[in-house]
Amino acid sequence: MKKRYIFFGLVVLALVGLAITPAPSFAKAKGPIKIGFFAPLTGHAAQTGRDMLSGLQLFLIHQNWQVAGRKIKLISEDTEAKPAVAMTKVRKLVEKDGVHVLIGGLMASTGYALMPYVDAKKIPAIYAIMASDDLTQRHRGKWMVRTGWASSQPSHPFGDYAYKTLGFRKIVTIGYDYAFGWEVIGGFQQTFEDAGGRIIQKLWTPVGTLDYGPYLGRINKDADAVFALFFGSGALNFVKQYKQYGLKDKIPLIGGGTTTDEHVLPSMGDEAIGVITALHYSEAIDNPVNKKFREAFKEYAGKMASYYGEGPYTGGKWIIEAAKKINGDVENKEAFLKALKTLKITDAPRGPIELDKYGNPIQNIYIRKVQRINGELHNTVIKTYPKVSQFWTYNPEEYLKQPLYSRNYPPLKK
Amino acid sequence: MKILGIIAAFVFLVILPPFISSYWLTILTQMLIFAVLAMSLDILMGYSGLASFGHCAYFGTAAYVVAILTTRYQVGFLGSAGSALLATAVLGLIFGLLVAHTAGVYFLMITLALGMVIWGLAFRWVSMTGGDNGIAGIPRPHMGIPLSFDNPVVFYYFTFVVFLLCLLLLYLFIQSPFGQSLLGIRESESRMRSLGYNTWLHKYLAYVVAGIFGGVAGILWSYYNGFVSPMDAELTSSFEAFLMVILGGAGTLLGPAVGAGIIVFLKNFVSAYTQRWLLIIGAVYILTIMYAPGGLGGLVKQFLKGGEK
Repeated sequence: MKKRYIFFGLVVLALVGLAITPAPSFAKAKGPIKIGFFAPLTGHAAQTGRDMLSGLQLFLIHQNWQVAGRKIKLISEDTEAKPAVAMTKVRKLVEKDGVHVLIGGLMASTGYALMPYVDAKKIPAIYAIMASDDLTQRHRGKWMVRTGWASSQPSHPFGDYAYKTLGFRKIVTIGYDYAFGWEVIGGFQQTFEDAGGRIIQKLWTPVGTLDYGPYLGRINKDADAVFALFFGSGALNFVKQYKQYGLKDKIPLIGGGTTTDEHVLPSMGDEAIGVITALHYSEAIDNPVNKKFREAFKEYAGKMASYYGEGPYTGGKWIIEAAKKINGDVENKEAFLKALKTLKITDAPRGPIELDKYGNPIQNIYIRKVQRINGELHNTVIKTYPKVSQFWTYNPEEYLKQPLYSRNYPPLKK
Repeated sequence: MKILGIIAAFVFLVILPPFISSYWLTILTQMLIFAVLAMSLDILMGYSGLASFGHCAYFGTAAYVVAILTTRYQVGFLGSAGSALLATAVLGLIFGLLVAHTAGVYFLMITLALGMVIWGLAFRWVSMTGGDNGIAGIPRPHMGIPLSFDNPVVFYYFTFVVFLLCLLLLYLFIQSPFGQSLLGIRESESRMRSLGYNTWLHKYLAYVVAGIFGGVAGILWSYYNGFVSPMDAELTSSFEAFLMVILGGAGTLLGPAVGAGIIVFLKNFVSAYTQRWLLIIGAVYILTIMYAPGGLGGLVKQFLKGGEK
């Protein structure tokens, strides 16, 4: 009987002990600068999440884990690619670990979920990958700093390019049936049709589709080109099946940047050669910073650099440069945020970056063509559009009056 | 012995919260919310012998109703929560017609499919639900009292009161003659039928009640996170609730609540130290099933019996 009392007593003590962990103290000035990283490190998106973490770690290693005389501490958390889990983990990073700045996130939904929280807590959050247009358009947050891209940003110049340079007039689009797919394809449709072209058919497939046979059979054969938007194993399968169905030699394949992104490109074969896509990064960009980055990334992570690695690498650089500007005084949150929002970087692997007043990067967009060089597939840059904003050549206020790109917007013209 | 347990729980859940860090407080709040969900599922799994893989349909529906009403139509707390409960009840009444005549693996499959229907609706009905992006910016409720629910301590106690209320109601539900006949159906449906019980109606109502309490958890979740997404109604969420009940011990009511607490704790505590945290949780499940098939609730029952000798 006595033993049981002792047992219960111990349980209670243990619980109390766990519960009373010291609250974060921001007063400890000149301790390390704490960076909180969150991304899916388990589950279906784990590979991408790990590439993101590698990119960030790589930059901090190059930085020797210190800036402005202060050490840098990186705390990483797994979001399982679920926004609710991400919320819990971010709360932990902010309220328990007391991080000074957040960076990470893969899914757009996580980005939206997080915004009210970081605004309430006044913690700068760097969105290095999360691309949903409205994060810097119709639903902006004050404490969010996007150093990545907006989904439709590369599509705008690409639509123009497809009409004027590639000479396409009629295009069929096919892509994942959710926000990211709609925005990439919607942006392309808008500028392609503005230039004078026409989208003659739009096909949507559920996320995670592996067999594209039923969709490939429905593609309108009058098309001059097919624009595809996939990622991961979907991209692998689509490009392969596009060739197997005999379409590759008849209708050229173009697409959103993730369709031939370097996270799947090494697994592709000859079927990918000649596919033209647009993105704000390519591993093949020819500048000294990128050359150094891709070699270091290959050595550190053991694989080809992709925008998933470059994003947080540059995001990390963004944090460090901003911290330098304010002499490492990241406890002064308003000043830190201001430094983050007004920063300009000229030597990121992807090229020069600055933020527009809506908080989205103005940066180069690269039109890339898959080519085999020394036996390896690469996204060779065939055209660079410098300083592209998320609004392309449109007037921002006018642009924001039109609805967000969706399944039915812009509509298919009869 | 029981008294000691209650005192420990009281200290932990009532006296301690204002003194712990805000992070642990939000974790504690989350534990209570999932405790309500697990208890509601226990009505089906433990007391009616019906294993459901689609319970988060109710959780998700309620969360979405609250999210849509508060962010789009600025409906107050009572209006939103009431509508959410009504919506889950109606959903339960409709889905119940499809599932109440089945049992065992068939029940499991149909609830799974229906759960996916709700997920699909949340994912694809973009104009209403925001699709994959979810709905963000749900404000904490204003109750017309001087306390602000934005304060995590206040919201915790609010959740705690709702939890106690659900616990009490579910306890009364099980102790009622109706609840007792559910136990009879679990043990032998054919015998109950031959005794003249309308077993279909019993199962049907149990399904609806479980759904409504799942909805209560969904309402709390929506306010707690300020955000809903299709993930909340997904199969993996239903599955997690299922595992909470198994771990805690089906048919013990408080057991699943504890199971929920343990899983939320493990997920947030262990994952901070290792990326292999899923392995640890997996090991916990396997050990539970091998050495404590009655779950933690079953273990405690045995333990208490031992103590009374």
